[in-house]
Amino acid sequence: MKYLDEYRNGSIASNLVRKIAAVVRQPWVLMEVCGGQTHSIVRYGIDRMIPGAIELVHGPGCPVCVTSLEMIDKAHSIAGRSEVIFTSFGDMLRVPGTRGDLLTLRSRGADIRVVYSPLDAVRIARQNPGKRVVFFGVGFETTAPANAMAIFHAKRAGVKNFSMLVSQVLVPPAMAAILQAPGNRVQGFLGPGHVCAVMGYREYESVCERYRVPMIITGFEPVDLLEGILMAVRQLESGRAEVENQYSRAVTREGNLPAKNLIFDVFEVADRQWRGVGSIPKSGYKISFEYRDHDAEKIFEVDSIGTRESCHCISGLILRGLKKPLDCPAFGKECTPQSPLGATMVSAEGACAAYYQCGRYLDTKANESSGHVATASPETGR
Amino acid sequence: MSLWVRTMSSNGSSPFVECQVPISNIEQILLGHGSGGKLTSQLIERIILPAFCNPALEALDDQAVFSLDGARLAFTTDSYVITPIFFPGGDIGELAVNGTINDLAMGGARPLVLSLAFILEEGLPISDLTRIVDSAKRAAERVGIQIVTGDTKVVGRGSADKVFINTSGIGVIPPGVNLSSRHVRPGDAVLLSGPIGDHGVAIMSTRQGLEFEGELMSDTAPLHDLAAAMLAASRDIHAMRDPTRGGLAASVVEIASRQRVGIEIEERSIPIRDTVRGACEILGLDPLLVANEGKLVAFVPERNADVLLDNMRQHPLGRDACRIGKVTAEHPGFVILHTPVGGDRVLDLPFGEALPRIC
Repeated sequence: MKYLDEYRNGSIASNLVRKIAAVVRQPWVLMEVCGGQTHSIVRYGIDRMIPGAIELVHGPGCPVCVTSLEMIDKAHSIAGRSEVIFTSFGDMLRVPGTRGDLLTLRSRGADIRVVYSPLDAVRIARQNPGKRVVFFGVGFETTAPANAMAIFHAKRAGVKNFSMLVSQVLVPPAMAAILQAPGNRVQGFLGPGHVCAVMGYREYESVCERYRVPMIITGFEPVDLLEGILMAVRQLESGRAEVENQYSRAVTREGNLPAKNLIFDVFEVADRQWRGVGSIPKSGYKISFEYRDHDAEKIFEVDSIGTRESCHCISGLILRGLKKPLDCPAFGKECTPQSPLGATMVSAEGACAAYYQCGRYLDTKANESSGHVATASPETGR
Repeated sequence: MSLWVRTMSSNGSSPFVECQVPISNIEQILLGHGSGGKLTSQLIERIILPAFCNPALEALDDQAVFSLDGARLAFTTDSYVITPIFFPGGDIGELAVNGTINDLAMGGARPLVLSLAFILEEGLPISDLTRIVDSAKRAAERVGIQIVTGDTKVVGRGSADKVFINTSGIGVIPPGVNLSSRHVRPGDAVLLSGPIGDHGVAIMSTRQGLEFEGELMSDTAPLHDLAAAMLAASRDIHAMRDPTRGGLAASVVEIASRQRVGIEIEERSIPIRDTVRGACEILGLDPLLVANEGKLVAFVPERNADVLLDNMRQHPLGRDACRIGKVTAEHPGFVILHTPVGGDRVLDLPFGEALPRIC
């Protein structure tokens, strides 16, 4: 299949691994920003194919994971109302808040529906004029255009019973927060391909220059990731710190201008809480004043919800690249996707959940019985 | 199955217990309990098996096997609650008959008789029921068996979703045939009868109102004839499974964990139609976890593998049969997937519902 087979091709992949091995001279720590990239790396075992000198740490780019507990609790509170049809992308439903997840709330009778597009939620609102339809607008810059379009469309078409609970987050402030944090280990980034497909990569040039780190805008298939790693290692070994575009089949420097214009029309930049990390200034979007009639936070009184996070979870350290899932003593034991203690285990694309789903909690046992998957050590996951 | 339960229990001396988010104490049935993943396993392990424990049940094969006056009989039951009731490539009536036959066929049994019980929602058009019954009748006729008993119940609007069907089936196991996951051994080859994911993806895309280039149809089909043809070529087959709910992954992971054998699967050797792959990419699904209704996976001694593959490929339902892996004495209890780019991972069951991802 075009655009898939060539990017999952075994001989192209092994060729790239050989090139990386030929270039690398010293140890480097690279962070892939996106949860989708983490998922792909673990699913295809890419971190175990590359030379041991290159360590991949997993970034904060899983929007489900970093959605604040407070926001999940707000969603829970709104979705539990009898007059509400609550709509969401599927993977938000399993994320536990203080009072459990939305799937459980659904099992108690709340009308909670999975949609594939926020515009589907607007359609549901039109079909149910007696109900208030709320969409959970979560995501990075990638989902922002579609979410903005739904709000824009609802306002223009007068769909007054549609609103959105917005928890949009932005990548560049999070990268800056990681690079500024004490003890930062990240020396180069595999940049977020789909975020940049929307936003372009102009705004990353100043980040790379200021912090002297290379960033390769990278795709999501195994060959993309290996090529991104090769480009990053080449820059590091030659002392460069530039933005380069591996994902040129989808990304341009300026990005998607109509999508950006729509985002800037409907949203404005705001401070955001990140689960596992804390508050980051100017790191998200909220609905702008002009579209306030579709802002679920304004329509429903859900202000003062007290939240409490698990005390021992190291997801904050994992999201900043300081630790890895197998460093956590609770991983795969007390903390599983069934009973997650924190951000990186709650969604399929969180680093811990990706490790768990690809069986890495079993690795040590599989090793004990055979030594087959012997490349991983419990300390580093490598 | 018990493996997963053990790994999830918490350790009383752990410092994590006091601040653990208590969501593992699920008090209600979730949709995920019906997904074929770990929640399903837990439901069976914790509630069903302890109540009814007996050797025939505890084999946890698709059918119970017992002897009666020297004849070995296979007995199975299943329920069908699919939405939509009519879908590309079939409907709930045909699916119920084929699915029950397949549960018998995977034990090597020749299907004899079936029962069908309908739970109907108030307001269901009679014409819909007629269509479903006709379709079940034709499916039974194709196999040459009769539906010899049944039942109808009607429940109020909202108490069921249009129509639910419960079935049971009885088949006779020919002398010399003895299929069970208990017989799977290191050295066995793992054979698959054709491309995976057709049924689940056809259903999901119908539900989502998605249209794809190329045909996306359920693969619902009775597998008794393919299974019989294979057994005619060699009685020395260890086990067969039809990878329905939970997909191919659930079939192989369950066998590895329950029989304490290792299984290695070559991902690139698993046939998947382009349309299905494309739809899975768009829907964020892993084709290994998507349901099939007309495929079988067989565990056979290596010395018979080539003969059986040739034999399968001559059957219309096994034209694309292929070898996808092997059973090994290494890493007992685990399935290792060799990915097409040269990496490895442990293949595991999902926890509950397969939920589409945000991005």
